[in-house]
Order: sequence, then structure tokens, then C-alpha cells
Amino acid sequence: MANKFIVATAPHMHSPESTQSLMRHVLIALVPAFAVSAVVYGLDAFRVTAIAVASCVAVEFLIQKFLFGGKQTVSNLSAVVTGVLLAFNLPADIAWWIVVIGAVVAIGVAKMTFGGLGRNPFNPALVGRVFLLIAYPVQMTSFPKPVHPDYIDAFAGATPLAALKSKAIAAGDANLLDMLSGMMPGSMGEIAAAALLAGGIYMIWRKVITWHIPVAVLGSMAAFAFFVALLQGGVSALLYELPAFHLLAGGAMLGAIFMATDYVTSPMTPKGMIIYGIGIGVITMIIRLWGAYPEGMSFAILLMNAVAPLINKYVKPRRFGMMTKK
Amino acid sequence: MKTFPIGGVHPSDNKKWSCQKPIEALELPDIVNIPLAQHIGAPATAVVAKGDKVLTGQLIAEATGFMSANIHSPISGTVSAVDMQLNAQGLRQMMITIKREGDEWMPEIDRSAEVVRECTLEPAEIIAKIKAAGIVGMGGATFPTHVKLSVPDGCKAEYLIINGVECEPYLTSDHRTMLERGEELLVGVEILKRALKVEKAVVGVENNKPDVIASLRKKAAEGGFDVVIEPLKVQYPQGGEKQLIAAITGREVPPPPGLPIHVGAVVCNASTTVAVYEAVQKNKPLIERVVTITGKEIKEPRNLLTRMGTPISKLVEKAGGLPEGDVKVVNGGPMMGRAMVCLDSPVTKGCSGVSVYSGSEAHRVEPSACIKCAKCVAACPMSLEPYLISKLAKKQMWERLEEEHITDCIECGCCQFTCPAGIALLDYVRMGKQTVMGIIRARAAANAPKK
Repeated sequence: MANKFIVATAPHMHSPESTQSLMRHVLIALVPAFAVSAVVYGLDAFRVTAIAVASCVAVEFLIQKFLFGGKQTVSNLSAVVTGVLLAFNLPADIAWWIVVIGAVVAIGVAKMTFGGLGRNPFNPALVGRVFLLIAYPVQMTSFPKPVHPDYIDAFAGATPLAALKSKAIAAGDANLLDMLSGMMPGSMGEIAAAALLAGGIYMIWRKVITWHIPVAVLGSMAAFAFFVALLQGGVSALLYELPAFHLLAGGAMLGAIFMATDYVTSPMTPKGMIIYGIGIGVITMIIRLWGAYPEGMSFAILLMNAVAPLINKYVKPRRFGMMTKK
Repeated sequence: MKTFPIGGVHPSDNKKWSCQKPIEALELPDIVNIPLAQHIGAPATAVVAKGDKVLTGQLIAEATGFMSANIHSPISGTVSAVDMQLNAQGLRQMMITIKREGDEWMPEIDRSAEVVRECTLEPAEIIAKIKAAGIVGMGGATFPTHVKLSVPDGCKAEYLIINGVECEPYLTSDHRTMLERGEELLVGVEILKRALKVEKAVVGVENNKPDVIASLRKKAAEGGFDVVIEPLKVQYPQGGEKQLIAAITGREVPPPPGLPIHVGAVVCNASTTVAVYEAVQKNKPLIERVVTITGKEIKEPRNLLTRMGTPISKLVEKAGGLPEGDVKVVNGGPMMGRAMVCLDSPVTKGCSGVSVYSGSEAHRVEPSACIKCAKCVAACPMSLEPYLISKLAKKQMWERLEEEHITDCIECGCCQFTCPAGIALLDYVRMGKQTVMGIIRARAAANAPKK
């Protein structure tokens, strides 16, 4: 017989989704935020993103080739995603060599040291960013003037969170619509809340992520801000302005939608994801309101990354059949 | 629209190639091989020997104890061997071989097409007839139907649920049976209701079969049958017994050793229900069934009314042969079917279809590292954590596996289907489950009071 019979155990069918296709969806979801960044910062947006992606891919390729051996893994696109996310966390005018150092720390230290994709306990892009923030605080917190003329006025001062921290503005002074559309100084990819939200909706629609983590992070931040406003000023205070400000400012959207939802470093069960998300939201607000840094999203996510294995161990799905009888 | 509450996946159903093809009878085979073990429980005991003449529908192997099923001759002819033969997986198994001579049926079997609705038998008589006819679950699980219908003391059946879901992709044998033999199905439902003494009967059909839903509703209304035809939102594995009960009644069957009857439900497959009708009203034992032969590269997909024991190769031939190159021929559908190595192996009571995959579809995807995407956890209809239990099974941590309830696994394959890294999760889970069940049995035996 001319046929070769293939034998395997069931299932004999596989979903069309692969690691590569999921990562491709994440990259597609990042396009709107990148587009805003390109309008605001012009060619610098392309420059920083290209350097970050190229160095992340190169570091992974070289470590895989010379240290690990075995099959190359760069084609799964996870290093590309890390590169884009790292770039999104940097000021647009940052020196090229700082970007490269960030990539080496992100992929080399935070990811490949632990054995590569799937084994890293901390989000690689965030480890890269936090390393740079501590090593190069000046370069990491000075943001360039935008190239687009409409944005120049909005970018005259500090970031909204830094301004709030130094009491230069009150949360009620901020123009929330400007913040939603990206008219505020900040890291390359974090400035346009609306674009990031669009990416998040795309990822939920394509079933790349579930709603649990972003909603838990943003919801707990809003609730926390609401109660702080209530305690500080009673019912006449900025009950709605303060929560809205905190959701739109800084890295809240980028963190909640793209960083906290990183598969490898977040919990496995929906219940666990909600606990993890609330942890991130609360820690972020504590740092923002009472910490030394104006922004706490990166630290909050890294802290909760460390807790994720513990959440996985103790938070289990409800066992089928243990429901009380109707 | 109703569906089950936890997990599930949406594989493309690929039923389009065969769902419009009416049931047609396959030519009678010249020789049949009848395995003695084609149901869950003890293999049947042969009651014929080499050289015996048998008629179509004659008992050739008797149930060994309660948890077993009778087997009848699907053709008339001479028994040429009662011996070990290769089965579909290439393993040796006891089979009765019969050479066909004509097609002479047992005289008490009513072969007319007329639908007999009147049934005045007592429940015990109905169950006895079903047992005598050797009826087992035809959806693939092959659980003896008379055992299912014998409600244990202290339990009460409230719902009769007819499983017309056919959630396995590719397969359409239940679909065609429900469409073409709807009236017989509804009479079968009445008989089962009588046997179980239940008031409520629900036929669950996924809404990718609107023709079935419409025709059954019409026939039920015209004939005055008291049965609900419940359309269900398409989702695999809705045809799983526990999932179907949860979808229709909102009740969850307790973990093993919990049974559907503990939540007041008895589930019976649609084709099985038609077989029950034939057994009770027509005295016809389970000697033939509808088998779908299909696949993307199959020239003429069909739904064939096939006598048990017919070699699978006859069906493949009828459908235009196998495609060139690498092929995977699966007894059943793609999610839970078993790949075959030997096409001479016979059609059995639980064989609802043969699906054929060729080229790259015949092969598994290349596995890569787990990215902890949690898709397997979200897909598991039993709310297990497949990524974890497959890892624990790999490490042979049996106690931990028992704590993680690995024995709840129904082996539906959702986890492996959905895994973007292409990891063979179910291979490890299946291995772990078998080992843990062995440990549990051994412990129970060791702890049993000594005589």
C-alpha cells in the first residue's frame, strides 16, 4: 500500500493558534499606540523601537545559538514583543546605547538566565525598564519636545504624575481629554490611553487575553483613588476626577493591558488573575500617592510577578461537581 | 440559549462534507469479525463454535454478568473461527468470524418499515428486552444501556436526556439518524420514559443542526409526544455526559464515583434511543448502525448503514479510497477518536464514524515551551489545570496528582487542542490518570475488610 499510516493518541485536531500567532496579535494590538507615538515624536519613535526590537532579538538569538544550543526560538516573536514593550517604556530621545543595555538586561538577564520563554519569573521588558530607571534616572525621566505642533503646549511641563507629586497641579486641573488622546509628556508608548485601550479590546476580542487582569488592575486603582478622595475631602472632593486622572496618567493603561497580562508572569486561574490585578492596582496607588517615585506601575507589576507562583499554588478553580444542588 | 458552564473549545465542525448525505445501506460483507469485547465491562462469552450455522440477529455471545452485553450475528452464515484477531490498534482480541451465506433473519424480528408506537410493557420487561438486544451506548462510550436504566436503590430519575449533541467534529451519523428516523427516536424516548418512570424528557441538539431541531419539533407536535427539543449553543465537549446534564438541568454531577443518577439524570445517545425502539418494538438486536466516513480529502463522504463486524476497509472503499501519502485513519472523530493501523478491523457498536486526515493534518504540531498562557485552564470543562497535572504526571508525582483531582479528567482533549505551544498535554494526563486510578483501586483493595 502506498499510504504511510500515522498513529497518535487523540486529539487529532489542533486549534490554529500558536505561540507565534498569539505574539503576532499582541504586536497588532500595539500598533495604535505606536501610531500615536509616531505622530507625536516622529522618527524618534521608529528609531527607539527599531533599536529595542533589534537588540532584544539579537540577544536572544546569540544566547540561544552560543549558550543554549538547540532550536532557535526567535521566530515565536516573543523577543519582538519584549522589544516593542521596552521601547514603549522609554523616552523617545533616549541614547541608543541605553536602549541596548535595556535589551541586554531584559532578554539576557530577566529572560534567558532562567531558561528562556516560559520560565522567567519577572516580566523581561519591565526588568529592563526598572534597571534603566535606577541606573539612568535623568535620561529616563526627561521627555523630549514633540515634533507635532499641536502637542507642543501640552508637553511644556512635567508628566502629569510628576506634576501632581510636586504639587504643581491638582488632579482636577488636568485636561482628561488631552490625557486620553496622548497630549501629555511621557514614555513613548504610554501616552495615548485611547490607543492602548483599543489594543486591549482587540486582544480580548481575539482571545489573546481575558478581561480579568486589566479590569482588576484599573478597577482597583479607580476604587482606591475614589476612597482616597472621599477620605481627604468628603463628597465635595474630586470623587471622579482623581480616579480618572490616575487611570489615564503614566503607565496605568500600558501596564494594565500589556505588561500585567504577560502570560508567563501572571497567574493561571481567573480568580488568581483578579487577586493579582487588585494587588497591582493597590500597590501602584500606594507608590503614586505616598512613595518617592511619581509612578509605581512597574514596581507593582514586578512585585506581583513574584507573588504569582504563590497565587497559582493556593488559588484553585472550583472543582466541577462540588456545586450545591439546585 | 443553553450550554455548559465551564471551559470548552470551538473546533471547526467540518460536518459539511457528510451532513447532507442521506443514510444508505452498505452492501453486506462476505465475512465479518465480531469482537467479544465491544462494550465497557466484561467481554461477552461466545455461545457458538466453529462450524455452527447462524441466522442474522441470532445470539452468538452472551453477557458475562450484569456489566456486560449480548452480541448477535449481523449476517447469516457459518462460524468459521472463534479466535484471536488483530483489532484496529494492532492488538490481538477475541473475535467470532462468520462467513456470509445469503441474509436470512431470525423469524421473530419485525423488518417492516411501519412505526409501532403502542408499548404497554412494564419497566422491567422493557429493560429485559434492551438487555437481550445487547444495546450499549452508541456515542462511543459503549456503556451497557440496561445498566444505565437500572436505577439504584435510593436514587430517583427525574430527567431523561437524549444526547443528540454530536459535538465531535466531522461525525454526522447521529445527525442523519435524528433527521431520517425522528419518529422512531420519539417513540424510543417514550419507551425510555416508561422504563425509568420519568415525566421530563429533553432532547439536546446543538444549533448547528437546525434541520434536526425543526423536524423533531414538528414530529413531536404532530404525534403528541411529550418531549422538549432543546437547542444548545455549539461548544465542544457538550456531548460529554456531565457537560450535557449541566447544560440542560444546571446540575453538576458530583466528582467520581458520582453518577448522573445522583443528580436525577439519565442520558441516552440519540442513535441508541432508536436502537432501543427497534429492540423493544421490533425485537431487533443491535446488529447494524450508521457510520459516517468522511475527511477533507475523502472523495465521497457518506453516512452508511453498516452491519457490525464489517471491515473498515469496505467503508473506505465505498467512499472512494484513501488519499495519497501520509494518512491518519481515525475510528471516531478528531477530538476523542482512536487512530487505526489495521483497516481490516471491524465496525463495532461504538463506532459512530471513521474520519481520515492527510498531509500535515495527519501529523501533530511541533511542541515548544509552555508559555503559561492559561488557555488550557480556561478550556478545561472539568475545571482542572492541565498545564499543572501534565507536568506532575511527567514527574510521576502521583500523590500530588490525586490532590489535583486528575481522576476527574474526561479526556475530552480541549487542553491539547487549545495549547498554542502544541504540547501533548493529554498524553501525560492520561498516563497520570491511569496510574492514579490504579493506586486508588489498589488502596481500596488493601483497605477492604478481610474475609
